[in-house]
Amino acid sequence: MAANTKFELKLGPATREAFGQALVELGRENPDVVAVDADLSKSTFTHLFAKEFPERFFSCGIAEANMVGVAAGLAAAGKIPFAASFASFAVNKGFEQMRVLVAYPNENVKIVGTHAGISIGEDGPSQMAVEDISLACSLPGFVVLSPADEICMKAMVRAAAAHKGPVYIRAGRPKAPVVYPAGKTFEIGRAEWLREGKDLAVLATGLMVAQALLAADELESEGISAAVVDFCTIKPLDREAIFRAASMGGIVVAEEHLVDGGLGVRVAQAAAEICPCPMEFVGIRDTYAESATPEQLLDKYGLLARDICAAARRVLTRK
Amino acid sequence: MKRTSDVAALEAICKQTRRRIIEMTGAAKSGHPGGSLSAVEIVVTLFYDVMNHDPANPNWPDRDRFILSKGHAAPVLYAVMASCGYCPEDQLNTLRKLGSPYQGHPDRRFLPSLEASTGSLGQGLSLALGMGAAARLNGASWRTYVVLGDGECQEGQIWEAAMFGAYHKIDNVCAIVDYNKIQLDGFIKDVMELEPFVEKWRAFGWHVIELDGHQIPALQKAFAEAAATKGRPTVIIAHTVKGKGVSFMENNPKFHGVAPTPAEVELALKELQ
Repeated sequence: MAANTKFELKLGPATREAFGQALVELGRENPDVVAVDADLSKSTFTHLFAKEFPERFFSCGIAEANMVGVAAGLAAAGKIPFAASFASFAVNKGFEQMRVLVAYPNENVKIVGTHAGISIGEDGPSQMAVEDISLACSLPGFVVLSPADEICMKAMVRAAAAHKGPVYIRAGRPKAPVVYPAGKTFEIGRAEWLREGKDLAVLATGLMVAQALLAADELESEGISAAVVDFCTIKPLDREAIFRAASMGGIVVAEEHLVDGGLGVRVAQAAAEICPCPMEFVGIRDTYAESATPEQLLDKYGLLARDICAAARRVLTRK
Repeated sequence: MKRTSDVAALEAICKQTRRRIIEMTGAAKSGHPGGSLSAVEIVVTLFYDVMNHDPANPNWPDRDRFILSKGHAAPVLYAVMASCGYCPEDQLNTLRKLGSPYQGHPDRRFLPSLEASTGSLGQGLSLALGMGAAARLNGASWRTYVVLGDGECQEGQIWEAAMFGAYHKIDNVCAIVDYNKIQLDGFIKDVMELEPFVEKWRAFGWHVIELDGHQIPALQKAFAEAAATKGRPTVIIAHTVKGKGVSFMENNPKFHGVAPTPAEVELALKELQ
């Protein structure tokens, strides 16, 4: 359990880059690891794998449905395929294939969606996945991972390869704040309790974990003691962590995703079953974003530490 | 099962398969008899003559793979797999009933010796090409066969996959289109014309063989040609008759997705003696 030292925002590599590096390392260890990509390998960083293992990399062109289908075929024949694209394309265009060819037969396919959320910035809403967690979680048997930083991503790529069955990994475009020290270990299905607190718990995922840690420092200066928990695994949900958080009497969930169908809804459902408590949700509210810098968008759409603090104060008034 | 290349013996198996399709769909009171009957010679020739497989050892790593991408034609696959010994023949008439291995569309959870769960059209070719790519990576010699519906080729994913197969030279995959010219809403030409169909596949870089899909010797020759074709995948455009073998079902769009009534079952079985 980390002591509640002040969180310093220090940028590390983007989680998509960490994914690409981890894939190469995996490739060196396991000849069955293969990759498919749909003309975005320079953005998803599968180009690193393609360069080192050209015969194990399959360029699909801009054809995500086929990409997921080919991955399923590779898996059916014993390979461990990682299929990568922007989350908005891999999941939205490959969804039916994820459903029928991956989830339904429980095929050993790893889907990696990069450029998730609105922090991709200038490219705008057609490129921004704000519903991928919801869609992936709706598929029976799928494990859904959303690492916050490089260290977590690298560990989770390894965990995904070791897990037999479908996995969706969410990755971001911008440089990711460093949350974990090197050597930290992770487990699929285990939330990471990053900071102790007494008054409420902030449950966050992806880039929002760093914002949650910043928010906890700010709240502490106001005399509010907030725990911070990283839900790097969104499915299966760590119900023990939710019980512990809910037992504190108040929860804020923060995610770079539509509030409909995301982590917050899943946490609320679990809390309703095991320990209902006042909750607030920080996320995108029934809208698509726009073009701007990532910083401007996170500000405009309410995904900053400031917004988590405001939600925390609201929770406390309802305790 | 007794493998055979003898055309008369294969034709006898085809007739028996057709009887089973009629009995199964009749007992289920629903299902897709028309597109099952049109694919009989294709499936029987593959399972009894062409493919390397062993019903006693369904997980044999070097077996040839078969995918019924047009999953609604499940009855023909169930009938053939049962007669080969993969699954119980005496349960064929539980088709579409609770707990049956013979689900409405092929479902590996209920029939593990299936290579794929199918039913959403357009997906099987991608799956087959992924399997083919894996076999090539492993230096394995097994081949993958995938039966596509003609209407299914209206799906965009088929053409994504067609590009992929040719570009990556996945020559250990053979697709067979059951070109019976009818889909659920009616004749293909009245719903969404596929012609010029052979030219499309050629333009996408595939080796194309066009034949009568009810002529077993032509199918045998085509599968041998496909196996000998290197550097690109092969597609067999098999001209077939929907409802083949039962006079009142032949070329009749009604029997795409409607089961025969008990009286029709009786009539059909008389014709298939």
